[in-house]
Amino acid sequence: MSRKPTKTTKPPVETTGHSWDGIEEYNNPLPRWWLWTFYATIIWGVIYTIAYPAWPLINGATQGLLGHDTRLEVAEEIRQFEERNAPIEARLVSVDLNEIANDPELVNYTQNAGGAIFRTWCAQCHGSGAAGNKGYPNLLDNDWLWGGTIEDIHYTISHGIRNEEDPDARYSEMPRFGADGLLEKEQIDQVVQYVLKISGQAHDAAMAAEGEVIFADNCAACHGEDGTGDRTQGAPNLTDAIWLYGGDVDTLTQTVTYSRFGVMPPMGGAELSEAEIRAVAAWVHSRGGGE
Amino acid sequence: MNESPQPQTLYAAREPIFPRRVKGRFRTLKWLIMAVTLGIYYITPWIRWDRGPNMPDQAVLVDLANRRFFFFMIEIWPDEFYFIAGLLIMAGLGLFLFTSALGRVWCGYACPQTVWTDLFILVERWIEGDRNARVRLWHEKWNLRKARLRLTKWTIWLLIGLATGGAWVFYFTDAPTLARDLVTGNAHPIAYTTMGILTFTTFFFGGFAREQICIYACPWPRIQAAMLDEDSLVVAYRAWRGEPRGKGKNRVGLGDCIDCEACVNVCPMGIDIRDGQQLECITCALCIDACDEVMDRIGKPRGLIGYMALSDEVREREGKPPIPVWKHVFRPRTLLYFTLWSAIGVGLIVALFLRSPIEINVTPERNPIYVTLADGSIRNIYTLRIRNKHPDERTFRVSISADGHYRLTLEGQDRLEVTVPADETRTQRLYVEAPAGTSQARAERSEIRIWIADTASHERVYADTVFNGRGE
Repeated sequence: MSRKPTKTTKPPVETTGHSWDGIEEYNNPLPRWWLWTFYATIIWGVIYTIAYPAWPLINGATQGLLGHDTRLEVAEEIRQFEERNAPIEARLVSVDLNEIANDPELVNYTQNAGGAIFRTWCAQCHGSGAAGNKGYPNLLDNDWLWGGTIEDIHYTISHGIRNEEDPDARYSEMPRFGADGLLEKEQIDQVVQYVLKISGQAHDAAMAAEGEVIFADNCAACHGEDGTGDRTQGAPNLTDAIWLYGGDVDTLTQTVTYSRFGVMPPMGGAELSEAEIRAVAAWVHSRGGGE
Repeated sequence: MNESPQPQTLYAAREPIFPRRVKGRFRTLKWLIMAVTLGIYYITPWIRWDRGPNMPDQAVLVDLANRRFFFFMIEIWPDEFYFIAGLLIMAGLGLFLFTSALGRVWCGYACPQTVWTDLFILVERWIEGDRNARVRLWHEKWNLRKARLRLTKWTIWLLIGLATGGAWVFYFTDAPTLARDLVTGNAHPIAYTTMGILTFTTFFFGGFAREQICIYACPWPRIQAAMLDEDSLVVAYRAWRGEPRGKGKNRVGLGDCIDCEACVNVCPMGIDIRDGQQLECITCALCIDACDEVMDRIGKPRGLIGYMALSDEVREREGKPPIPVWKHVFRPRTLLYFTLWSAIGVGLIVALFLRSPIEINVTPERNPIYVTLADGSIRNIYTLRIRNKHPDERTFRVSISADGHYRLTLEGQDRLEVTVPADETRTQRLYVEAPAGTSQARAERSEIRIWIADTASHERVYADTVFNGRGE
């Protein structure tokens, strides 16, 4: 007996005609909303390039109707940060320098702000880790030319070293004993042997004995009779293990002959604000050598 | 000249689907699962859990601002993200396990898309009536009644969407506080934005996109197609029993299928299960309920449509009895997945119990690696990162164990003690000095071990690091 063919819910879908090991591929139509989504992305793209900077021109690019500018965004963010930091900076400027370390909020602020300022303004000479270099003091050790209290550090940063324009700046001037004929070549060799002796290094005892007299006459005024230096004059301690330029015979001979005239630019005034100087001073003071 | 047949259309509009109401065991099971899963989702943020005065009292909280994740008695810090990674791997393996054992059971019962669509269809049926009424309404021109029904339905859908988005944001901050802030308009804009997005996606995906999400947007059906094998349970039509199908009382020469289309009318995916295995089928089993109801009514045995493995189809066609379900479920592949899944689970639980509530990381300063001090001794600088996961403040004593003598100092501290507030991390600079001339000052590097000991509980942990000398 025959029956009517039953209703099928879907008409048979044609295949693409491809066949892989007997597996065929339906050629189903895409959903129409998919097409709309595609059109929507095109419309979005057009609107976007009109609203935002997009099309390159010969000089620059189209600016976009929304006036979006990443530089302005950054400037605005910086302004917001400065606004937010204003109260704590005001507090930083008003407290006694020695009180900074006792205030956890100020410690947090100076650690972050001071570190950033150091890496921007100081790292060129003192190194990004503050370990210094030949001629540029290591700020991590406990040997200071002009003093390692936070006040000393703050003063040095504010006024600089050998800064001709500031009468308050720290200023040291070691005579050029050899170049200016103040000492004979032989005398220089003798005093160098004496410096080797007081710093605990291998030396010629006979020459050092001669050098001791020369040292007392020419060097002790600044470096002290025992050679431990004088911070008020920026005269380094010659008896410790730390040398700014080097503690070997050649370097010492060169130092005594020609002297050294290291300089540091002042950061006060135009360069850094008082709050910034205090932040970086507190940061340097907390590197392990602070007194 | 156009001789080759063109495809009918390149694009096809969505066929509206009007699933009919159905009753049966699987429908009941699905209602139950919906109630449990939605219940868990909506209620969980409101469960309180006392952790002491310094800690949040929400049982499940993803505290993004403070970078903490709380789950009842468990607290996860960002450095313990491996727990989350482990849970994600377990979720992945769990899907593999369930798929190879029970087919697309996730799609059919537990997937949020399925659960919320089910809920939305329920609302639709309450307001607009069952399948036939909805089909009529669909074809009707816009009039006051249609507008009223549609607006009511959409409003309820939007409210469900709002509750969905609302519940979501409660997981990320204290729920009662946020609820008050949301109502008074004081909540963070991100909370409102998130709620807005989730309200819209719930409304759109559950109300309008429905099966389109499963068929076109979701990658999982494609992956699952590769996970299924001849032993996986799928919903299938017993064609050898049902065919040839046909209507009418005279059943001579006809199979059991009376072509009533009950299975098609209840299908939320709009397919005909009698066409065989299809990518669209989420194995929600509603066609089984529908068909069983019809079979009961015409006095035929149930199971014309039912769960079965593809390998059973061949056996049943040949008149052999099907392999018992448990044999399909327990086979080497599923056992392997289960072993892997439970191994990771056990590993995570063990890790949870083994972890210490205090931790220390030591980072040696590399720039410079050492500092020479005025007396010639060698100093190394370390940054200690001390984590106190206790719910109260703790003080830790810092010490060293190493060959040879070292002096320790902490930056800014008079004593070798660091106080860390409850549930926080503190960083502290540590100076380790080897006296001038000692072997450790002269050596290139020496092994040292830094300890911290809780002064209250005497619990202690260490971290190994190196001390860099002059390298003479």
